[in-house]
Amino acid sequence: MNRRNFMGFGVLAMATLPAVLSAFESIDFRKTKPDVWKAKTVDDAIKALYGDIKPEEKGVKVKAPKVASNGGAVPVTVKSDIPAKTVAFFQNMDPESAVVVWNVPEDAVIDYFMKIKLKATDENGGNGELTAIVEGKDGKFYIGKTKLQVAKGGCEG
Amino acid sequence: MGNMKIKAKEKNGVVGVKVLIKHDMLTYDQAKKKGVDANFITHITAKVGDKIVYDASTSQFLSKNPMLKFKFKGAKKGDELTISWVDLSGKSVTESKKIK
Repeated sequence: MNRRNFMGFGVLAMATLPAVLSAFESIDFRKTKPDVWKAKTVDDAIKALYGDIKPEEKGVKVKAPKVASNGGAVPVTVKSDIPAKTVAFFQNMDPESAVVVWNVPEDAVIDYFMKIKLKATDENGGNGELTAIVEGKDGKFYIGKTKLQVAKGGCEG
Repeated sequence: MGNMKIKAKEKNGVVGVKVLIKHDMLTYDQAKKKGVDANFITHITAKVGDKIVYDASTSQFLSKNPMLKFKFKGAKKGDELTISWVDLSGKSVTESKKIK
Protein backbone atom coordinates (compact mmCIF):
# COMPACT_ATOMS: atom_id res chain seq x y z
CA MET A 1 0.00 0.00 0.00
CA ASN A 2 1.53 3.33 -0.99
CA ARG A 3 1.46 6.33 1.25
CA ARG A 4 -1.23 8.24 -0.59
CA ASN A 5 -3.69 5.36 -0.45
CA PHE A 6 -2.93 4.83 3.19
CA MET A 7 -3.86 8.45 3.99
CA GLY A 8 -7.02 8.10 1.97
CA PHE A 9 -8.03 5.08 3.95
CA GLY A 10 -7.42 6.96 7.18
CA VAL A 11 -9.73 9.80 6.16
CA LEU A 12 -12.40 7.33 5.11
CA ALA A 13 -12.16 5.48 8.42
CA MET A 14 -12.47 8.74 10.36
CA ALA A 15 -15.52 9.73 8.34
CA THR A 16 -17.37 6.47 8.85
CA LEU A 17 -16.47 5.89 12.47
CA PRO A 18 -18.96 8.30 14.11
CA ALA A 19 -21.83 6.80 12.13
CA VAL A 20 -20.87 3.33 13.30
CA LEU A 21 -20.57 4.42 16.91
CA SER A 22 -23.97 6.07 17.02
CA ALA A 23 -25.81 3.05 15.61
CA PHE A 24 -27.13 0.48 18.04
CA GLU A 25 -25.03 -2.64 17.86
CA SER A 26 -25.76 -6.18 18.91
CA ILE A 27 -23.83 -7.31 21.98
CA ASP A 28 -23.12 -10.96 22.66
CA PHE A 29 -22.91 -11.00 26.45
CA ARG A 30 -21.81 -14.63 26.36
CA LYS A 31 -18.60 -13.43 24.72
CA THR A 32 -18.15 -10.09 26.47
CA LYS A 33 -19.08 -11.43 29.94
CA PRO A 34 -18.38 -15.19 29.92
CA ASP A 35 -18.35 -15.52 33.73
CA VAL A 36 -21.98 -14.45 34.03
CA TRP A 37 -23.12 -17.72 32.48
CA LYS A 38 -20.98 -19.89 34.76
CA ALA A 39 -22.06 -18.23 38.02
CA LYS A 40 -23.89 -20.58 40.39
CA THR A 41 -25.68 -17.93 42.41
CA VAL A 42 -27.73 -14.91 41.39
CA ASP A 43 -25.44 -12.59 43.39
CA ASP A 44 -22.32 -13.93 41.64
CA ALA A 45 -23.97 -13.63 38.24
CA ILE A 46 -24.99 -10.02 38.90
CA LYS A 47 -21.47 -9.25 40.08
CA ALA A 48 -19.94 -10.84 36.98
CA LEU A 49 -22.20 -8.76 34.75
CA TYR A 50 -22.39 -5.38 36.47
CA GLY A 51 -19.79 -5.41 39.22
CA ASP A 52 -20.50 -4.43 42.80
CA ILE A 53 -23.85 -2.70 42.41
CA LYS A 54 -26.51 -1.64 44.89
CA PRO A 55 -29.70 -1.79 42.87
CA GLU A 56 -32.79 0.11 43.97
CA GLU A 57 -35.85 -2.08 44.46
CA LYS A 58 -38.29 -0.26 42.21
CA GLY A 59 -39.67 -0.02 38.69
CA VAL A 60 -38.91 -3.62 37.65
CA LYS A 61 -41.63 -6.26 37.53
CA VAL A 62 -41.18 -10.00 37.19
CA LYS A 63 -44.34 -11.95 36.50
CA ALA A 64 -44.62 -15.71 36.89
CA PRO A 65 -47.17 -18.23 38.14
CA LYS A 66 -47.05 -18.68 41.94
CA VAL A 67 -46.95 -22.43 41.41
CA ALA A 68 -45.60 -23.81 38.15
CA SER A 69 -46.81 -27.38 37.63
CA ASN A 70 -44.40 -28.06 34.77
CA GLY A 71 -40.83 -26.82 35.19
CA GLY A 72 -40.11 -27.59 31.57
CA ALA A 73 -41.83 -24.45 30.32
CA VAL A 74 -42.55 -21.82 32.95
CA PRO A 75 -43.99 -18.62 31.47
CA VAL A 76 -42.26 -15.51 32.82
CA THR A 77 -42.39 -11.82 31.96
CA VAL A 78 -39.94 -9.01 32.76
CA LYS A 79 -41.41 -5.51 32.56
CA SER A 80 -40.12 -2.03 33.22
CA ASP A 81 -40.78 1.56 32.10
CA ILE A 82 -37.28 2.68 33.09
CA PRO A 83 -35.22 3.87 30.08
CA ALA A 84 -32.68 1.07 30.03
CA LYS A 85 -29.34 0.18 28.53
CA THR A 86 -29.51 -3.47 29.48
CA VAL A 87 -31.82 -5.87 31.31
CA ALA A 88 -30.71 -9.12 32.92
CA PHE A 89 -32.79 -12.02 34.17
CA PHE A 90 -31.76 -14.66 36.71
CA GLN A 91 -33.20 -17.54 38.76
CA ASN A 92 -31.96 -19.54 41.75
CA MET A 93 -33.22 -23.04 40.86
CA ASP A 94 -31.03 -24.25 38.00
CA PRO A 95 -27.32 -25.17 38.26
CA GLU A 96 -26.32 -21.78 36.83
CA SER A 97 -28.23 -18.58 37.44
CA ALA A 98 -28.29 -16.51 34.27
CA VAL A 99 -31.19 -16.91 31.86
CA VAL A 100 -31.14 -13.93 29.49
CA VAL A 101 -29.27 -10.65 29.18
CA TRP A 102 -30.88 -8.13 26.86
CA ASN A 103 -29.16 -5.27 25.15
CA VAL A 104 -31.97 -2.73 24.92
CA PRO A 105 -32.42 -0.79 21.65
CA GLU A 106 -33.76 2.77 21.56
CA ASP A 107 -37.28 1.82 20.48
CA ALA A 108 -37.70 -1.19 22.72
CA VAL A 109 -40.56 -1.57 25.14
CA ILE A 110 -39.33 -3.58 28.09
CA ASP A 111 -42.00 -6.24 28.15
CA TYR A 112 -40.13 -9.46 27.63
CA PHE A 113 -41.96 -12.78 27.82
CA MET A 114 -40.32 -16.18 27.56
CA LYS A 115 -40.78 -19.77 28.64
CA ILE A 116 -37.97 -21.16 30.73
CA LYS A 117 -36.83 -24.41 32.34
CA LEU A 118 -36.64 -24.54 36.12
CA LYS A 119 -35.73 -27.30 38.54
CA ALA A 120 -38.27 -28.29 41.17
CA THR A 121 -38.11 -25.95 44.16
CA ASP A 122 -38.05 -28.78 46.71
CA GLU A 123 -34.37 -29.09 45.78
CA ASN A 124 -33.61 -25.69 47.26
CA GLY A 125 -36.01 -25.66 50.20
CA GLY A 126 -38.96 -24.16 48.37
CA ASN A 127 -37.30 -20.81 47.88
CA GLY A 128 -37.64 -20.35 44.15
CA GLU A 129 -36.95 -16.78 43.16
CA LEU A 130 -36.70 -14.93 39.86
CA THR A 131 -34.65 -11.73 39.71
CA ALA A 132 -34.46 -9.05 37.04
CA ILE A 133 -32.01 -6.15 36.97
CA VAL A 134 -32.42 -3.05 34.83
CA GLU A 135 -29.33 -1.00 34.01
CA GLY A 136 -30.84 2.44 33.50
CA LYS A 137 -29.60 5.02 31.05
CA ASP A 138 -29.19 7.19 34.15
CA GLY A 139 -26.34 4.89 35.21
CA LYS A 140 -28.33 3.50 38.15
CA PHE A 141 -29.46 -0.07 38.69
CA TYR A 142 -32.94 -1.29 39.52
CA ILE A 143 -34.10 -4.69 40.73
CA GLY A 144 -37.35 -6.64 40.74
CA LYS A 145 -38.01 -10.08 42.19
CA THR A 146 -40.77 -12.60 42.45
CA LYS A 147 -41.09 -15.90 44.27
CA LEU A 148 -42.50 -19.09 42.86
CA GLN A 149 -42.79 -22.82 43.46
CA VAL A 150 -41.99 -25.37 40.80
CA ALA A 151 -43.73 -28.72 41.34
CA LYS A 152 -42.01 -30.80 38.70
CA GLY A 153 -38.52 -29.96 37.54
CA GLY A 154 -37.82 -29.26 33.90
CA CYS A 155 -34.12 -29.89 33.62
CA GLU A 156 -34.15 -33.65 34.13
CA GLY A 157 -35.49 -34.31 30.60
CA MET B 1 -42.25 -25.17 7.05
CA GLY B 2 -39.56 -23.08 8.51
CA ASN B 3 -37.95 -23.19 11.89
CA MET B 4 -39.79 -20.31 13.48
CA LYS B 5 -43.37 -19.31 13.84
CA ILE B 6 -43.43 -15.52 13.90
CA LYS B 7 -46.38 -13.24 14.54
CA ALA B 8 -45.88 -9.49 14.44
CA LYS B 9 -48.72 -7.03 14.85
CA GLU B 10 -48.66 -3.25 15.04
CA LYS B 11 -51.16 -1.49 17.28
CA ASN B 12 -51.04 2.18 18.31
CA GLY B 13 -47.42 2.49 17.23
CA VAL B 14 -46.25 -0.52 19.21
CA VAL B 15 -45.36 -3.75 17.45
CA GLY B 16 -46.04 -6.89 19.46
CA VAL B 17 -44.06 -9.95 18.42
CA LYS B 18 -44.56 -13.59 19.28
CA VAL B 19 -41.95 -16.13 18.21
CA LEU B 20 -41.86 -19.90 18.50
CA ILE B 21 -38.52 -21.50 17.69
CA LYS B 22 -37.96 -25.18 17.05
CA HIS B 23 -34.91 -26.13 19.11
CA ASP B 24 -34.12 -28.87 21.65
CA MET B 25 -32.34 -26.42 23.98
CA LEU B 26 -30.31 -29.30 25.38
CA THR B 27 -28.71 -28.28 28.70
CA TYR B 28 -25.34 -29.53 29.92
CA ASP B 29 -27.11 -31.88 32.36
CA GLN B 30 -29.51 -33.27 29.79
CA ALA B 31 -26.71 -33.72 27.25
CA LYS B 32 -24.55 -35.57 29.77
CA LYS B 33 -27.33 -38.08 30.44
CA LYS B 34 -27.81 -38.65 26.73
CA GLY B 35 -24.07 -38.79 26.06
CA VAL B 36 -24.21 -35.99 23.51
CA ASP B 37 -22.97 -32.40 23.41
CA ALA B 38 -25.06 -29.69 24.95
CA ASN B 39 -26.61 -27.39 22.41
CA PHE B 40 -28.86 -24.43 22.99
CA ILE B 41 -29.62 -21.06 21.47
CA THR B 42 -27.11 -18.48 22.66
CA HIS B 43 -28.27 -15.34 20.90
CA ILE B 44 -31.47 -14.01 19.36
CA THR B 45 -31.67 -10.78 17.38
CA ALA B 46 -34.61 -9.14 15.64
CA LYS B 47 -34.30 -6.36 13.08
CA VAL B 48 -36.50 -4.12 10.97
CA GLY B 49 -34.36 -3.11 8.03
CA ASP B 50 -30.92 -2.42 9.49
CA LYS B 51 -32.29 -1.44 12.87
CA ILE B 52 -32.06 -3.86 15.76
CA VAL B 53 -35.27 -4.03 17.79
CA TYR B 54 -34.49 -7.00 20.07
CA ASP B 55 -31.12 -8.35 21.16
CA ALA B 56 -30.90 -11.17 23.67
CA SER B 57 -27.99 -13.29 24.88
CA THR B 58 -29.55 -16.50 26.15
CA SER B 59 -28.66 -19.47 28.35
CA GLN B 60 -29.51 -23.17 28.33
CA PHE B 61 -32.56 -22.49 30.49
CA LEU B 62 -34.97 -21.29 27.84
CA SER B 63 -37.57 -24.05 27.42
CA LYS B 64 -37.40 -26.65 24.68
CA ASN B 65 -38.89 -25.09 21.54
CA PRO B 66 -38.75 -21.71 23.27
CA MET B 67 -41.47 -19.12 22.99
CA LEU B 68 -40.64 -15.43 23.22
CA LYS B 69 -42.69 -12.27 23.14
CA PHE B 70 -41.44 -8.72 22.92
CA LYS B 71 -42.55 -5.25 21.89
CA PHE B 72 -40.95 -2.31 20.15
CA LYS B 73 -41.80 1.04 18.57
CA GLY B 74 -40.74 2.75 15.36
CA ALA B 75 -42.06 0.32 12.74
CA LYS B 76 -45.29 0.16 10.75
CA LYS B 77 -47.58 -2.37 9.14
CA GLY B 78 -45.96 -3.90 6.07
CA ASP B 79 -42.40 -3.51 7.39
CA GLU B 80 -40.44 -6.72 7.42
CA LEU B 81 -39.29 -8.11 10.75
CA THR B 82 -36.27 -10.41 10.54
CA ILE B 83 -35.38 -12.72 13.41
CA SER B 84 -32.09 -14.61 13.68
CA TRP B 85 -30.78 -17.04 16.24
CA VAL B 86 -27.48 -18.79 16.68
CA ASP B 87 -26.77 -21.82 18.88
CA LEU B 88 -23.77 -23.26 20.67
CA SER B 89 -22.87 -25.49 17.71
CA GLY B 90 -22.64 -22.39 15.52
CA LYS B 91 -25.79 -23.10 13.54
CA SER B 92 -27.85 -20.05 12.72
CA VAL B 93 -31.29 -19.52 11.26
CA THR B 94 -32.83 -16.32 9.93
CA GLU B 95 -36.48 -15.90 9.02
CA SER B 96 -38.67 -12.92 8.19
CA LYS B 97 -42.28 -11.93 8.55
CA LYS B 98 -44.22 -8.85 7.50
CA ILE B 99 -45.68 -6.79 10.32
CA LYS B 100 -49.48 -6.86 10.21
